[in-house]
Order: sequence, then C-alpha cells, then structure tokens
Amino acid sequence: MQNTKELSPTFVQGIRDCVPTLLGYIGIGFAAGIVGNAAGLTVGEVGLLSALVYAGASQFIICAMLISLSPPPAIIATTFIVNLRHFLMSAALAPHFTSYSLLKNIGIGALLTDETFGVASNRAAQRLPLNDRWMNGLNVTAYISWIMSCMAGGWLGGWVPDPEVWGLDFALPAMFAALLVLQLFAEASKIKRYLLLIALTIVMMFILSGYLSTYLAVLISTIAVAAIGAVTER
Amino acid sequence: MNIDFNLLWIFIACAAVTFLPRVLPFALIRRIRMPVPIQRWLSYIPICLLTALVVEGAIQDDGAFLSVDWRYVLILIPTFVTAVWSRSLVTTVLVGVISAALLRWLL
Repeated sequence: MQNTKELSPTFVQGIRDCVPTLLGYIGIGFAAGIVGNAAGLTVGEVGLLSALVYAGASQFIICAMLISLSPPPAIIATTFIVNLRHFLMSAALAPHFTSYSLLKNIGIGALLTDETFGVASNRAAQRLPLNDRWMNGLNVTAYISWIMSCMAGGWLGGWVPDPEVWGLDFALPAMFAALLVLQLFAEASKIKRYLLLIALTIVMMFILSGYLSTYLAVLISTIAVAAIGAVTER
Repeated sequence: MNIDFNLLWIFIACAAVTFLPRVLPFALIRRIRMPVPIQRWLSYIPICLLTALVVEGAIQDDGAFLSVDWRYVLILIPTFVTAVWSRSLVTTVLVGVISAALLRWLL
C-alpha cells in the first residue's frame, strides 16, 4: 500500500507535502503585504501583485522601488534579474515532467517557487517519482497561501508589529537549510563531494557579492559550482 | 478593490519577466534529449542553489561595504543542528523561527 502511494503520489499528497513550508509562506507573505501597504498599495493591489508576480523577493523590491519613485523600466529589469534563478530551478525539475503536455508543463513551471522546487527536488533526490498531480497539489497550495498571506499583511498593514519580532522572516532561510541538509544526506556516497561543493559555493558567494548584487551572485555561483561538480564527476 | 492603472501595467510587465524564466525550461526541455554532461550539471543545481540562498541572507550589502550578519549566522547554528538531527522540515522551521525570535529579543 505504502509503495503504490509513494510511486504515484496524489494531488492531496502534494498538498500534504506543502504543509511544512506554509509557515514560510505565511510569514514572508505577511511581511510582503505590510511592505505593500507601506508603499501605498490597496489590499486589492497587493493581492493582484502577489497573484501576478508570485515571488517574495521581487515583491519586496517592487514595493521599495515604488516608494523611491523608480522609473518602471528599472523596476521591471530588477524584477527580471532577481527572478532569473527560477530558470535554473525549472531546468533542474523539467526533465522529470517531459512526458506531460506542453500546457501541463507551463502550468507547473508558472507556479514554481524556491520552496516547491526545494520540496520537489528533495523528493527526486530520494529517488521517488514526481508526477503532475502531486506537483500541482504542492504548487496550488503554496500559491493560494501566498496570496492570502500577502493580502492579510496588506490589510492589517500598520496595526501589527513587524513580523521580524516573531522571527517569522527566518522561516525561509530555515527551510532552505533543512532542504539543503536533506539533499546532502539523500545520497550517502556523494556526501564528501557535496560538502566540497557547498564550501565552494559559500566562498564564491562572498567573493562575487563584493562586485555584484547578491541576486546575481546566487545565480553565477550556482551555475559555476554546479558546472565544477559536473566536470569533476567520474 | 480599486486598482491604479499605471500600477497594473507595471505589475503585468513584472509578471511577464518572472513567468518567462520559470516556464521556458519546461517548454524547451520536452523537445530535446538532454546530453549527459548537462544532466549532470542540472543534478548539482539544487545543492548549490540552496547553499547560495542560505548564504545570501548572511551577506549585508550596505552600498559600498560588505559585511556578515552575525546574528543570522548565529541563528543558523541551532537550525542546522536541528535539520541534521531531525531530518524534518517542520521541526527545523519551528526551531529556526523560535531561535530568531529569542535571539532578537535577547540581543
């Protein structure tokens, strides 16, 4: 029983696998909503922004740039750069979904986030199969929670204390840390290699951040160190 | 639910530039068989990207100067210990959030 469930996970299983990440969406979404409120957006506009753009870091930056009255082309270009890392996530996950239609693939890609990517690649690292239903359950749950949290933040805006006081902003890095550890131990034979690549990534991040924005540093360190990993593999 | 039209256009353009990088690999990879070196490269992306994202939070960029957010690094310690010990997302996130709240309250 357990086996068939694991081999062909359902939409509901996807929802269930999203639950551990919800605290992150709620905490960061709430904060993004508060920032939107501070930028003078109405609750409807905050909802629209989170439904259309659906990316935490970008939403923070868009609001900050609206406050500083930046020109729209600068806002759009910055958003593009901040989200370019999704290209890498999609490229890493897409090979698991090649048997599905183009439309289904677009649907899965459109709702991909750092967190759903993390959960999905973690499942893949455990050599468990990925399918469209499960991925959609995961993605849609995250999407709805995000929009609702952003709108709640935008609505309550100035009345509530900064979510940082409650440590909620740390839900996201804590989740990245947990996903990293799970990924690390998924393949026992590769731990040494992985630790070396992790160390290299850390060094590259610090060097590159001296010259570039941290968003670009994330992008370039990932591309470069993953390439080093691939080239040195025997 | 009133929405400013100028804002709407900015949002739509921002949506387009976030949509494209997410969707393009899914649209393209279906058609081509990936060469083995590329497959290998892709297999290392999760671990490198997750590391880079954790590190990103530790870097404070105050315009001209780069510094390490030591409080962030300090909160990461119990978080990583919990992750290794529990191998659970929920437990790790809870410990991380509680550590962050406690540390900020204390320091």
